[in-house]
Amino acid sequence: MEFLASLLPASLVTHAPAIIVVTPLMMAAVAAIMPNGRLGWAVTLISTIVSALLALAIIVDVQTGGVVSYAMGGWAPPAGIEFRIDGLNAVLLMVIGALGLLSVIYALPSVADEIEEKKQSLFYSAFLVCFAGLIGVAITGDAFNMFVFLEISSISTYVLVGMGASSDRRALTAAYNYLVLGTIGATFFVIGVGFLYMATGTLNMADMATRLPDLSDSRVVQAAFAFIIVGLGLKAAMFPLHLWLPNAYAYAPNFVTSFLASTATKVAFYTLVRFLFDVFWPEAPFVEVSFLWVFAILGIIGMIVASVQAVFQDDARRLLAFSSVGQVGYMMLGLGMGTAAGLSAGMLHLINHSMMKGALFMALGAFAIRFGIRRISDLNGFARSMPFTSVAFTIGGLSLVGVPMTVGFWSKWYLGVAALENGWWWAVAALILSSLIALAYVARMLAAIWVAEPHHDKAGAIAHARAPWLMLGPLWVLAIANVWFFFQPDFLISMANAAAEAAFSGGAR
Amino acid sequence: MSWSPEIAMIAALVIPLIGGVFVGLLGKYPNLREGATLTAAVLLALNVAYLVSVTGQRPELIYEIGSTGLSFGLKLEPLGALFAAVASGLWIVNSLYSIGYMRGNKEKNQTRFFVFFTIAIACAMGVALSSNLLTMFLFYEALTLSTYPLVAHKGDDKARRGAAIYLAILLGTSIGLLLPAIIATQFIAGSTDFTVGGLLNGEASPMVASVLLVLFAFGIGKAALMPVHPWLPNAMVAPTPVSALLHAVAVVKAGVFAILKVSTYIFGPELIQSAPASNWLAWIAAISIVLASIIALSSNNLKRRLAFSTVSQLSYVTLGAMIASPLALLGAALQIVMHAWGKITLFMCAGAIYTATKKTEISDMRGLGRLMPWTFGAFAVGAFAIIGLPPFGGMWPKLFLMMGAATTGQLALIGALILSSILNVAYLLPIPGRGFFDPAPKEGLKKPTPMLAVLPPVITAAGVTVLFFLIGPLTEFLAPVFGVEL
Repeated sequence: MEFLASLLPASLVTHAPAIIVVTPLMMAAVAAIMPNGRLGWAVTLISTIVSALLALAIIVDVQTGGVVSYAMGGWAPPAGIEFRIDGLNAVLLMVIGALGLLSVIYALPSVADEIEEKKQSLFYSAFLVCFAGLIGVAITGDAFNMFVFLEISSISTYVLVGMGASSDRRALTAAYNYLVLGTIGATFFVIGVGFLYMATGTLNMADMATRLPDLSDSRVVQAAFAFIIVGLGLKAAMFPLHLWLPNAYAYAPNFVTSFLASTATKVAFYTLVRFLFDVFWPEAPFVEVSFLWVFAILGIIGMIVASVQAVFQDDARRLLAFSSVGQVGYMMLGLGMGTAAGLSAGMLHLINHSMMKGALFMALGAFAIRFGIRRISDLNGFARSMPFTSVAFTIGGLSLVGVPMTVGFWSKWYLGVAALENGWWWAVAALILSSLIALAYVARMLAAIWVAEPHHDKAGAIAHARAPWLMLGPLWVLAIANVWFFFQPDFLISMANAAAEAAFSGGAR
Repeated sequence: MSWSPEIAMIAALVIPLIGGVFVGLLGKYPNLREGATLTAAVLLALNVAYLVSVTGQRPELIYEIGSTGLSFGLKLEPLGALFAAVASGLWIVNSLYSIGYMRGNKEKNQTRFFVFFTIAIACAMGVALSSNLLTMFLFYEALTLSTYPLVAHKGDDKARRGAAIYLAILLGTSIGLLLPAIIATQFIAGSTDFTVGGLLNGEASPMVASVLLVLFAFGIGKAALMPVHPWLPNAMVAPTPVSALLHAVAVVKAGVFAILKVSTYIFGPELIQSAPASNWLAWIAAISIVLASIIALSSNNLKRRLAFSTVSQLSYVTLGAMIASPLALLGAALQIVMHAWGKITLFMCAGAIYTATKKTEISDMRGLGRLMPWTFGAFAVGAFAIIGLPPFGGMWPKLFLMMGAATTGQLALIGALILSSILNVAYLLPIPGRGFFDPAPKEGLKKPTPMLAVLPPVITAAGVTVLFFLIGPLTEFLAPVFGVEL
């Protein structure tokens, strides 16, 4: 990794935090004027590669030197906008960079299949805006700037989801629902940030953090806290604020779903962590009470209720979408433990979940491109029709359940250990119950793929196809990663621990 | 590179799998395919024989997973070697039998059948050689999954329903109860390694140990302790060779083997005896023994009767593990061996009868012994062994279990064992009895029984007789584990 990062020129690395956001934003304009989808994709690919490399450089910097702080336009914080990367958001940079790149590679055949030719360049352009927005949210150290990036990514996401209308008109209502709820969330968030600005007179998060402890009795600050967790909880699809998610994931183009499922809610989860630990402080009475009574409890309810809902879905993508809501619950539970071990487990699950859900949605996209299917009963006998994709899908599914030999096991293991350290045996029971439910819904899909009789074409032969290499490649990278990181978990665990440590050391303080 | 114990442990897992690959590749040539199965079985048995001979060295292979504190590992110790020897030895006999049965009944998808069989055997070897709970859990689950296609082999609705119950109960109990117990063990003791004297001994209080013991006893659903036994009768929808090897030997024995290993190496006899739950569990086991025998008595379907007999006999092992005196544990370990040989004989006979006559109900089998003397003779020997009559191997475990119960003063349990033996007589002996002494049916046999379906049960019947005399070496082999002195 250090080797790849060392290839970049030093001047570029110095300004990496700015360039990593600006590149996709500018390239979005370039992509928009490209005459056809292929060129648009090429522009997107180049831009994502640049961003991924820069992300790598920044992560290496963070690992060697601690916090990376970059003053936008040379205006020193707290007056100017600061980009600030520590162990916590380094994880997010890694996830967005890696999954963004893999998704874009995957996109070419998938988008060519699902989006009308003349809209493809615009589609890629919207994606780049979204990508830039997510990176921006992850690395900015300024509360209002975070709102701006959050809206940049959200608004482009509405467009991306709506583009699914080419293959299914229901994407339009899904995008509209998402728009309404997403805007409500953004409004809550910006109101909260406004209150904080009123109370502290600053927008820089590190600066706020130093001023807030004196104001812990202030109603304004407490109200700001409530507004912010509701707003960000909505963006993170925290149960019961998840209503936008199932349809958005189910009807968006396949590429968009696999990208969003592995990055968007993760970024929103990160913002929650950032605000809870580094803007507010975990010892504050109103924050402390929220750990157990908001995050842990709602997390557990989400883990179980959304998973049960998933069991009863007929549409494979909706099933996985409900599963995603449940998985957000795991992260919320880790966060709600209020301990470094818990937060670290939550962050580990964030990384792992992006790998498993990325793989699962990519595999569904591969099934769809060849056979145009989406219902679970349509998957019957696919082990024979598309064996490579089926095996990768199976690995992702097992990882989702948390079977040993897949990375999902570590998520649950560390969540369980952290819960026991708190004496929360009921949380362990909930983890196990939810894993059993996950087993039930994954088993439904796997049973269809592996056990059920395959569909036959008119000649009586089993339809047989291979997904395009550009789709199989990223899919298998993720599938292998799911197994590889079970046997070599140290890297991910150290990232997650560093994230929790950064969050607890307060970023600024 | 010479053959070392470490390589042999890996080979025990790999040989069946390579055999499976060849079986798959040679699917179009049935004779070569069966050759691959048999070659793998013989090689595996030789390899396990070597392992048995080097058990004293206690070789181990550990893979630490990063800095997580968890590890995968293989370690050879007498109990595991014994289980591996039983499973691999009987695999040879059963492979011969499978060929006779599957061809005799013109079963479909035979290649798939033989491939998954090899995978299941590899998993059983893994269970036998695991050095810690995590590794064992993994192979245990893989064993469940790899046998699912075997149970559902016929592919009709009845087979699928039976297989679904099989899968649901085994996966549900293992994930819902066994896994939490393993996690708790790791949390309490900081490892899940099988340790001489008991990993949790001194780490856990009797109350905590009680909770864990209950989780393990029911979480290891393959041991079929009531009320988690229904998967076993439901698995009888499988072709008979599957019932014979997997549901008399590999799968169920993996379950009771795991119980025995957990009680010996995770809890240790001292902790078990001090935990109040062991007494209750011993009673649940005793009730399972008697109740399952009664259900067996009331079943007219032969395979169902044998299945409930298995449920009953498996609980002998659990009972021994819960009494946890050295003699009782030794009896439990011997029960794994003796019951395997006895029950596989009975199942193979049941399959031979089905192949020759298509009869599955006991009431239809009157007088068949006159037409199939070898099969019914083998059945009688197997039945004597299960009942526990000398000179058949099945006598020793019952004797040791009773002596074990006597040393701890649990005399009522001895009563349960005696009652069970009487019930065994009642539900097993009438079958060969009526077979031989009732007049032969007029229509005769539909077709002659294939040689390969009759010879294997005769071999195993001879085996249980030989095992009666091998008790000395067996006890000597197991003595270091339990500290028994005879």
